[in-house]
Amino acid sequence: MAVPVTQAALANGLKVLVQEEHTAPLASVWCWYKAGSKLERPGLTGVSHWVEHMNFKGTTNIPRDQVKGIIEPVGGSWNGYTWIDQTTYFETATRDALDRMLFIEAERMASCLYHPDDCESERTVIISELQGGENDPDQFLDQEVTATAFKAHTYRHPTIGWLSDLQTMTRDDLYGYYRRHYVPNNATLVIVGDVDTEDALERVQHHFGGIPSGEVPARHLTAEPEQTGERRVTVRREGTTAYLKIAYHAPAIGDAGFFPLLVLDAVLTGAKGLNLWSSFRVPPAQRRARLYRALVERGLASAVSGALLPTQEPFLYTLSATATEGVALAAVEGALLAALEEVRRDGIADAELAKAKQQLRARLVFDNDSITNIAHQLGYFETIAGVDTYRTLGRSIAAVTLDAVAAAASTFNAANRTIGWFDPVTA
Amino acid sequence: MAPAHPGLAPARTTLANGVVLLAKETRTTPAVTINLAMRAGSICDPDDAPGATFLLSRTIDRGTATRSAEQIAEELDNHGITLTITVTRHIFSMVCTCLAEDFDAVFALLGDIIMSPTLPESELATRKGEVITAIRQDDDNPAVRATESLMALLYEKHPYGHRLKGTVADVEALTRARLVDLHARRFAPGELIAVVVGDVAPSHAADAAQRIFGAWRTPPPPPIQVAHVRPPDARRRLVIPMMNKSQADIAYGFVAIARRDPGYHAYWLMNNALGQYAIGGRLGDSIRERQGMAYYVSSSLDANVVEGPLAIRAGVGPANVDRAIASIDEELIRLTADGLTEKEFDESRRYLIGSMPRRLETNDGIAAFLLGLEFFDLGLDYDVRMPSLLAAVTLDDTLAAARALLDPARATVVVAGPYGAS
Repeated sequence: MAVPVTQAALANGLKVLVQEEHTAPLASVWCWYKAGSKLERPGLTGVSHWVEHMNFKGTTNIPRDQVKGIIEPVGGSWNGYTWIDQTTYFETATRDALDRMLFIEAERMASCLYHPDDCESERTVIISELQGGENDPDQFLDQEVTATAFKAHTYRHPTIGWLSDLQTMTRDDLYGYYRRHYVPNNATLVIVGDVDTEDALERVQHHFGGIPSGEVPARHLTAEPEQTGERRVTVRREGTTAYLKIAYHAPAIGDAGFFPLLVLDAVLTGAKGLNLWSSFRVPPAQRRARLYRALVERGLASAVSGALLPTQEPFLYTLSATATEGVALAAVEGALLAALEEVRRDGIADAELAKAKQQLRARLVFDNDSITNIAHQLGYFETIAGVDTYRTLGRSIAAVTLDAVAAAASTFNAANRTIGWFDPVTA
Repeated sequence: MAPAHPGLAPARTTLANGVVLLAKETRTTPAVTINLAMRAGSICDPDDAPGATFLLSRTIDRGTATRSAEQIAEELDNHGITLTITVTRHIFSMVCTCLAEDFDAVFALLGDIIMSPTLPESELATRKGEVITAIRQDDDNPAVRATESLMALLYEKHPYGHRLKGTVADVEALTRARLVDLHARRFAPGELIAVVVGDVAPSHAADAAQRIFGAWRTPPPPPIQVAHVRPPDARRRLVIPMMNKSQADIAYGFVAIARRDPGYHAYWLMNNALGQYAIGGRLGDSIRERQGMAYYVSSSLDANVVEGPLAIRAGVGPANVDRAIASIDEELIRLTADGLTEKEFDESRRYLIGSMPRRLETNDGIAAFLLGLEFFDLGLDYDVRMPSLLAAVTLDDTLAAARALLDPARATVVVAGPYGAS
C-alpha cells in the first residue's frame, strides 16, 4: 500500500482519487455516490438500487441502443452495485479507453434519461431479482434477521426494497431521487491503472468540470437504540436444509471497536478480506477457527461463517451456520452460543491474536490483486470513512490488543443478539 | 527477432516422472497462486460409485503420511490461505494463493496432500455429512436443479450427464477403501499439471517442483476413453415443480462441440454475441432489456474434451416462463436464419480479443488460463495466436455454427420453480 494516491477536488465538489499502477496496460474507473439504501424513506425502499439500474439505460449523449458498445470493443467490463451506504459504477478496460470511461461516468452523473417505458420494464426485472434472492433460504433468513435486529435505523430494510414499494414506485420517484443525489459534490471518482496522474486529472476536469454542483439533501437518520433483550425470528418454509444466524450489533468502521471485532471474527470463523467486491468469493482460512472446530469438525454444521462488513454507521456482526442433514437447529445454536460464551468469558490467547493478524495481513494483500480491486477499495472506504482509513488498515489491525479483543467479545451478550432460524418444512 | 507481443511465455518444465510445471513470474503483488491440477475429474468415478471423486476432494486434505489433519489445518491457517479443491468432469484441482514468502512451505504442503493422503476413516462420516447437506441444498435450488437436469437429459448415461456429487444414497454407500483405491489408481505424476504464477522466479518454482515431486513414482493409470456424444434429435422438455420458490429457472441447451474442434473460435464468437456481450448479448437485449422479464439471462459454451454443452439460463417469474422460452426460440430462429450483423460480429470479436489483458491481470486468472492451455494442448503461445485465430473467423463461419447447433426443434428445455405445466 505504499503507492501514493493523489487526492484532488474539482470546483463543483467532485472528489477525485488517482493511483498509478503500471503492472498491466489497463485502467479502472469507479464513480461512487453517497446514495445507499439507508437514505430511503418508507414507501420508497429500493429506490437507490432501482436508480442504479436506470442509470444504465441511456443518456442525452448515449442513445439507449448504444449503451453497450462503448467499452466492450476494447475488451472492457462494466458493472455497478448498491448497498446500504453507497451506490457505485465502474469500467475496467485498456488504458486507451480512459476518456470513454470518464465520458460514460460524466453522462451517468448528469444526463440519464429515465424514459417511462424503461422504468416500467425495469420494475419487473428488479422484482425478478428480488424473487431470485427469495429462492435462497439463507439470503431470505439474512433479510429477516437484519429487519428484526434493527427497529429504528434504516439499515433494517433490504437494499433491493420491499415488494410493495417496488410495485408502486413511480418514474418521478426514481428521477427525483436521481437528481437529488447524483451531483458532483456527493460523488467520488477513482482512477487506478496505467495512467499519468496529471493527464488523468485534466481529463476529469474536461468531462466533469461543467457539471454543476447541487444541494445534497440533509438526511437525519434515527440512531438505533441499544438493544435490551434477545430477539428471535423463525422462518418455517418448505425446504431441505436448516440455517441458523446470530447477529450482534457491531461497530461502524470509524469506531474504536471495529478492528478488535475484525480480529475476533478471524479467530472465530477465519480471516477474510475487507473488499466487498472480491473478498467473499474466496472462503476464509478457517480450519482452526474456533467455530469451525466447534460446529463443522463436530459434524453439527456443514458450513459456518462470520460477516463483519465495513459500514459508515453501526451495523451487524452476523454468524451463519448450515445445519448438517439430520442435526437439530437447537443443537447448532447451543454449540455456537457455548463457543461465544467461552470467548466472552476467557478472551483469546496471545497465539490466536498473532495468527489472526498474520491471516488478515495476507488477506489485505490478496484484496489488492488487480486495479479493479484497488480502485474499489479506495472508493469504498472514501465513501464511508475517508481514504486514509483504507491506507492504514494494516496498522489498525496490527494495533489491536488482547484487551481490545476482550472488549469486543463482551458484546456477545444475550441482550445484544438476534437469533434467526430457517426451519424447513417438508413438502 | 523477438515477436512484437511476447505474450505470457510461461516456463514449462517436465520432470522425469512426467509432472508438468508451468511457471509465470509476475510482480503485481507479493503473492503466488498455485494450482495443482490432476487429470482425474469426475469421469474417473467408478461406474458403481458415482460421487467418489467429489467425496475424495472433501477428504484429501485431512491427513497425509507425515501430517495429521490438525497439522495441515494449522499450516494452512498460519499462512492465512484457503485451499480450494474443485472437481470438474476432467480435472481435480487444488488451488490457493499465498504470500510469496510462504511459497516454498505451501507448495510442499500441497504436494504432500496430493501425493500422500491417508483419507482417515475418522474423517469420513463428517465429510460425508457435509456432502449430503450440500446435495440437499442443491435439491432445494431451482437453478441447480434445472442445470443438472439439463445435463442429465442432454448426456443421459454419458459421464457428462452425471451429478458431480452423486446422490445421497451414492455418498452414503462410499467407503474409505473406495477412495483409497480411486486415489491409488488415478493420481500419478504423469497426470499432474502444476501451475505457479506470481512473485517467484520460474527457476525457483522448478527447483521446488523437483524437490517435492521428483521422487514420486506411481504407474500411469490406463487412459480414459470418453465417448463422443450424439446430440438429441428432437425437442425435449422437463418441468420440475418447486412451488415453494418465488422464481423459476430455465435451462435450455444443446450438445455443442469439443474444445479442439476446428470450428471452436466461430462457436465462441457466435455464443458471445448470442448470450454474453454486455448484459447477455441478444438474449439479454430481448428478455431483460426489451421485455423486462428476467434479472439474469445468458448463454455459456463449455467446450470440453468431447462435445460439451451450450446452455442458456434465465431466471423469470412463473408468469413469464412460457414467454421467456418462446423468446429464446425466436432469438435462435432469427440467428440461424439471418446470422449476426456485421456490427455484432465485429464488436464481439473485438471484445474477445481486447479482454485478454483483463483476463490475464491477476495471478489466479493467469493460472486458470495456463491450465487450459496445457490441458487442451493449445500451445503455450495461444494467448499470442488467439487474436489471429479469431480474426480468421468469418461472418459465414458464425452463421454455420449457429445453424449447426441452435435448432429449437432439437433443444432440451428444463424449467424448475413455481411452475406446474408439463
